[in-house]
Amino acid sequence: MASNDLPQFATHDTRLSRRVINVLHGNPTIIPLFVLVLGLAVFSSVVGQRFFHPFNLSLVLQQVTIIGTVALAQTLIILTAGIDLSVGAIVVLSSVAMGRLAMDHDVPPGLALALGIAVGSGCGALNGFFVTMIRLPPFIVTLGTWSVFNALIQFWSGGETIRQQEIEAAAPILQWTGESLRMGAARLTIGSLLMLLLAGLLWYVLNRTAYGRHIYAVGNDPNAARLSGIGTRKVLFTVYLTAGAICGFAGWLLIGRIGAISPLGGAMTNLDSITAVVIGGTSLFGGRGSIIGTLIGALIVGFFRNGLALAGLDVLWQEFTIGFLIIIAVSFDQWLRRIST
Amino acid sequence: MMARAVTNPEPVLKARGLVKSFGRVVAMDGADFDLMPGEILAVIGDNGAGKSTMISALAGAVRPDAGEIFLGGEKVAFHSPMDARSQGIETVFQGLALAPALTIVDNLFLGREYRVPGLRGGLFRLLDRARMREEARKHLSDLGLMTIQNIDQVVETLSGGQRQGVAVARACAFGSKVVILDEPTAALGVKESRKVLDLIRDVRDRGIAIVLISHNMPHVFEIADRVHIHRLGRRVAVVRPSEMTMSDAVAIMTGAMEPPAGQPAD
Repeated sequence: MASNDLPQFATHDTRLSRRVINVLHGNPTIIPLFVLVLGLAVFSSVVGQRFFHPFNLSLVLQQVTIIGTVALAQTLIILTAGIDLSVGAIVVLSSVAMGRLAMDHDVPPGLALALGIAVGSGCGALNGFFVTMIRLPPFIVTLGTWSVFNALIQFWSGGETIRQQEIEAAAPILQWTGESLRMGAARLTIGSLLMLLLAGLLWYVLNRTAYGRHIYAVGNDPNAARLSGIGTRKVLFTVYLTAGAICGFAGWLLIGRIGAISPLGGAMTNLDSITAVVIGGTSLFGGRGSIIGTLIGALIVGFFRNGLALAGLDVLWQEFTIGFLIIIAVSFDQWLRRIST
Repeated sequence: MMARAVTNPEPVLKARGLVKSFGRVVAMDGADFDLMPGEILAVIGDNGAGKSTMISALAGAVRPDAGEIFLGGEKVAFHSPMDARSQGIETVFQGLALAPALTIVDNLFLGREYRVPGLRGGLFRLLDRARMREEARKHLSDLGLMTIQNIDQVVETLSGGQRQGVAVARACAFGSKVVILDEPTAALGVKESRKVLDLIRDVRDRGIAIVLISHNMPHVFEIADRVHIHRLGRRVAVVRPSEMTMSDAVAIMTGAMEPPAGQPAD
């Protein structure tokens, strides 16, 4: 075995470029991590002390909690080479369900919470059904269900917001995720902690269980997965179902974050979640990417927004910069895929 | 045929009278097949001769309309490739069936991963990565494939020959009795083809019977112990490379020459 180590290395392509490419293939989070560190360095030098202040750092974490959680769900979907355009609507529909059940129907708050997450799971299952059983493209399916779920939101909420005080009086558990733990100047919300916990759980599933490896395989090469004995449709369906459940959970975090329940809540969540996933180095073509990358992606979006705002730039430049980041991230992924074949 | 059945051991994999039609196209018309233990049997035939349909039937991917398949003397009926695989018939498809973005270890164990024993594996579904890596390494070095540096390397960074090597390694890793290789050298250069042919011989020498489908006559005549010639949906001859020239085999395959007398033409 030992004799097999060095001599045969010579038969390989040892050029630096090829080695760098191999490293990037094995560790797709290197680039987003580099962008994050670079961004932090630039912003701290421009903005100064304020940027690294614990309060500011924890503020950014709070700001990315909803996007981050939804992006975790989106990561699962995109790893299977799918896309879910309905995530934002599922988040809001779930939060409306929690609120309306607890307020209008006198369902015990804890049960209302569970039923709200069940509504999210049901939405995910509906997407999964159309994708796996009717075999429609995920883009079309979720574009359609996005519209359907939005209509349900309007129908169920009557277009009205449930105010913070009402929830506080009747179902405080729905706002629990907004409570924060003070650590010096930093304020960490329960919601942010739950997001990190969920990320840890998903990391474990994707990297340490057979099911996780199958998600990658199904996204990377569905034929190879099928020929290896993987039930590809079962994997796909459960991924959409899980993503729906996570979005339902994100609905709970959303109530904690804004206090009230608004039918207009997560309008930006769809695109922002895809942005975080893509900037985090997960390939839109499936089979490539990671949970850690997505967390980094969400943080990049959060820190760029925050840093640019602290630097005194207009909001439009935040969108401008994020837009370029997306294009650069996708170009890089394309390049990596092309040179590998 | 009778004479050989007496003098030779029972075929590992045998088929009698396989029939399959797709609409009006008869792809198999009473096809027979015999694979002896420890041999490399090449299957040749013109395009459209129905050899892929026969191979698909043996691999469980196609269900024949009529006919019987015997594995180790016992009659079997495969409902899926998984079915055939679980009974010891592994197929390396031309597309290789590897997931390029996954590592070598992931691919070797894809669909039959090991979990750690006890609660961690049972309840928490924890993969036994140490065991899989150790077995992967042992397996690849047994087959002389340890020129592949790092088993955590993703498959798409490997050369075509190395990928073929990983696919073959996977096929013979799980106590299989028969390995079916579909055009294993088709996409490879001269040097890489050579390595893959050596690998196929190695696998045969480890006691696994091999079915090799190939259009490359020099390769077929170099490594096959026997050559099954398929024509018009059935077996027309089985020849030994030492007893026949390549051009005669091709002539039988295309119908330009009658199969030699005494052959199992049924």
